[in-house]
Amino acid sequence: MTVTGARPSTPPSTRAETPPPEPPPKRRLGLTLGIVVVGWIVGWAIWRGQATLEIGVAELTDVHRWLLELRDDFDAARNSNVVFLYVIDPVSSALDWVVTFLQELVSQAAFPRPVPEIGWLGVLAILTWVAYALAGLRSALLVAVSLLVFGFFGYWEESLDLLIITAVSVGICCLVGLPLGIWMARSKAATTAVTPVLDLMQTMPSFAYLTPLVLVFGIGPASAVVVTLIYALPPLARITAHGIRNVSPTTIEASRSMGATRRQVLRKVQLPMAKRTIVVGINQCTMAALSMATIAALIDGPGLGQPVMQALQSLDIGGAFVSGLAIVIMAIMLDRTTTAASERAETAARGGTGNARRRRQILAGSAVLVAVAVYFSRTYTDLAEFPASPDLGTPLADGVRSATEWVTSNIEPVTEALKDLVSYGLLNPLQALMADSPWWLMAAVLLAVSYLLGGWRPLVTTAVCLAVILGTGLWNESMKTLTTTVVATLLVMLIAVIIGVWMGRNRRADAFVRPFLDALQTIPPFVYLVPALALFGPTRFTAIVAAIAYATPIATKLIADGIRGVSPTSVEAARASGTTAWQMISKVQLPMARAAVVLASNQGLLFVLSMVVIGGLVGGGGLGFLVVTGFSQAEDFGKGLAAGIAITALGVMLDRITQHAAARTGRA
Amino acid sequence: MTATTEATVTTDAALAVDGLWKIFGTRADGIIGTPDADLSRKDLQAKTGCVMAVKDVSFEVAPGEVFVVMGLSGSGKSTLVRLLTRLIEPTAGQVRINGEEVTSASEEKLREMRRHHVAMVFQHFGLLPHRKVIDNISYGLEVRGEGKVDRRARAQEMVDLVGLSGYEESYPDQLSGGMQQRVGLARALAVDPAVMMFDEPFSALDPLIRRDMQNEVIRLHEEVGKTMVFITHDLQEALKLGDRILIMRDGEIVQVGRPDEVVGAPADDYVRDFVSEVPRSHVLTLRWVMREPRDGESLDGPVMQADQVIKDVARDVLDAEHPIRVYDGEEFLGVVDDEDVLRVVVAEEEGPES
Repeated sequence: MTVTGARPSTPPSTRAETPPPEPPPKRRLGLTLGIVVVGWIVGWAIWRGQATLEIGVAELTDVHRWLLELRDDFDAARNSNVVFLYVIDPVSSALDWVVTFLQELVSQAAFPRPVPEIGWLGVLAILTWVAYALAGLRSALLVAVSLLVFGFFGYWEESLDLLIITAVSVGICCLVGLPLGIWMARSKAATTAVTPVLDLMQTMPSFAYLTPLVLVFGIGPASAVVVTLIYALPPLARITAHGIRNVSPTTIEASRSMGATRRQVLRKVQLPMAKRTIVVGINQCTMAALSMATIAALIDGPGLGQPVMQALQSLDIGGAFVSGLAIVIMAIMLDRTTTAASERAETAARGGTGNARRRRQILAGSAVLVAVAVYFSRTYTDLAEFPASPDLGTPLADGVRSATEWVTSNIEPVTEALKDLVSYGLLNPLQALMADSPWWLMAAVLLAVSYLLGGWRPLVTTAVCLAVILGTGLWNESMKTLTTTVVATLLVMLIAVIIGVWMGRNRRADAFVRPFLDALQTIPPFVYLVPALALFGPTRFTAIVAAIAYATPIATKLIADGIRGVSPTSVEAARASGTTAWQMISKVQLPMARAAVVLASNQGLLFVLSMVVIGGLVGGGGLGFLVVTGFSQAEDFGKGLAAGIAITALGVMLDRITQHAAARTGRA
Repeated sequence: MTATTEATVTTDAALAVDGLWKIFGTRADGIIGTPDADLSRKDLQAKTGCVMAVKDVSFEVAPGEVFVVMGLSGSGKSTLVRLLTRLIEPTAGQVRINGEEVTSASEEKLREMRRHHVAMVFQHFGLLPHRKVIDNISYGLEVRGEGKVDRRARAQEMVDLVGLSGYEESYPDQLSGGMQQRVGLARALAVDPAVMMFDEPFSALDPLIRRDMQNEVIRLHEEVGKTMVFITHDLQEALKLGDRILIMRDGEIVQVGRPDEVVGAPADDYVRDFVSEVPRSHVLTLRWVMREPRDGESLDGPVMQADQVIKDVARDVLDAEHPIRVYDGEEFLGVVDDEDVLRVVVAEEEGPES
């Protein structure tokens, strides 16, 4: 070594450095949690079956009766109260009017005509033309084929009704959500004020706000639109705000320095640059709207959700399959079309797709054809009413029915074994523990867990939520739902960690699996019940299977991204130290991605909860079942409303605990 | 090294590299041995889509030597150091560490070597943020299965060695960049490797801290005497640390030599340009300025050794009455007078004599 000025061998000075920071207090989280669980089991063994607050199926508490009377009060107030007369009623009537107008235009008989104003050929022509204008030729073809399939399945009217509810909701979302997003992006105060509301709108399981809305808007198209609106608005507002906020500050500064006003900056810089993101927001909004609009069938919302729900309730797999498939096709159609539209927005922003003049000519020419088609569809009955044959729906339903029978009779041992394994190995013991513990013991356990995982703030939230659940008089049912949710989430996380780690470590696996996950995510949750029901019959386990199918994609993606996001230098350094693949996963990648894992379990929990309650339709029991009966049995309405409130409380509690846990692990 | 037979690879080298190639691209295997291999990097990429990262590199590093690989970004030096432990798989060639073949080793064997014989220090530290300093340092010991008590003790030694006492329980993000790299150093030292590799370890640090850390490496080398392969783009750093320096450009070796050789006898204009800013008197030794005694010149001057750096002896040379006699051990080599020294110090000379 060319030793030039090597210092003597004293320990190097750390003069410029700060003194060692205080070592953080040791967190023996696992140990404390273990103590809590042991205490819980001991308590359960002593006081099992006492004070479980279980109530009979037909039993109503005072709270339920009060809620039932509340509905009568609301109904009575409808004609006298100022709020109803001047706010709710006009909104409700306007929505009903718009939906009815569109229905008479395209799907329902428009009195005095026996058929809609525009027949199927006209509708087909118009929608195909719109898809071509917005998203290009491929999307136009997709739309045309999808519409024909709906018709041949025998669901022409239902499909158009679903499209109408979705379209009206998305339209209102754009009117409200875009300005809201812009406002949020430009004002910190607005963000602070609006974010918690959006949070609540998104965390509340969709089932939970059906009942309160019925209370206000009654059942029918208007409340279907409002429900859908509430569910679909948050993504649009958030993504819009995000897109505008992400416009490069340098560009804005440059624009400002040339003397642009805030308004000019918004119109000439921020909005054009955020255009693509905003269209992505509309895509997300549309998909959310579609999935909620199908669930709105429960409150008598028109559309494809109706046949699915009826088939599910009568355990008709064939019928549910065909209508479910139609929903899936519609989801794919809307997703592809809006995605293509956003890509087109991008190319258009970069100077167009070449021959704009020629394109305009084609559009004008085809518009004439559309007009002709509309005219014919008003003139000839055959072109107005979708032909009954060829009928694809009935044979398909029969085929599925016999196939299901064959499958269930042949693989029943497998499905039964799987069901029994989860039921006896996981579900029953946990349910015994949670639902048979005295309520005060269970509450203490939940409070302890929320404090240990999240700290003081979720502890307070948990206390409030538990008080609400107690107040609804549905403590025992809530604990059963919680059990199902926890079990399903555990299984989701197990699958998600395995697949997510695989995807995160292997680019080819990622490229292979991701399209499947994307496809699964576009499917409205309702539809997941169909195959689960076919395989496992009407049980609690069916709801769990559907919940796993619904929640696994999002959790898997989050974990895969987390693993991929681990600093490559750390991975390389570990590799250079001779780390094996297993050591890499357990000592480097999973610990470094643990914030993503906790976030995945947060999302997994919420998705599972919303699906588990929908599972009430097919024998899932618990709170979801109470919500469903609340709609079908007039005297159970109060109990259903209470169940909706309990679901919300559960959702908020689980969300707050995992959110704070995620924030904590993210910091460490 | 021209001959590539195994016999010429001396077994006592700590690290021996022979004909190492790395070409990135789908059909990379088919290029070596064809005329394509002689194309420039740009032409090769245009023709085949493959990128030549390291081209036919051979060198040896003696035990205890500090061997610096220097080049600008894109010269292939970071790829080269990763080929040595197969963090990147070589396209062709051989690497031996302590006489053991790396390039043909099985996955198992390779892992053993990484665990016991080689350790690496990275530019961006590569620490594990979820582990305390002490647990980061003992990571290498942990993955090779050492007991908790042993590795704790060994890690504590390393903490003291690199001057991090008191910070054992801190997390990496609570430390400054320089201190984080000390953790990286300690982690590498902890496994007691035969060869330590440094991939631009101080490039991400600010200049003052960088100088501190360079001195730290010099001190550690004196104390533990490891063989070191040090990658850098900083010529000053290379000259300061290196026993020998390998200069790379576009994946190829341009020159290998001692610091004074690189400065005194640049292999080509590229290296000459590189070293033109270096204060020559700080690097060159008397060997580079001495000459045959002229007829009748006095040979009564003081005696100095040929490997002494000019800067260190300039004052003595100027003070001496007679020209200095330069010796290599007992052997008389030549003389140096005031003018020879001043020519270097004043840096008015165009090229070196060689």
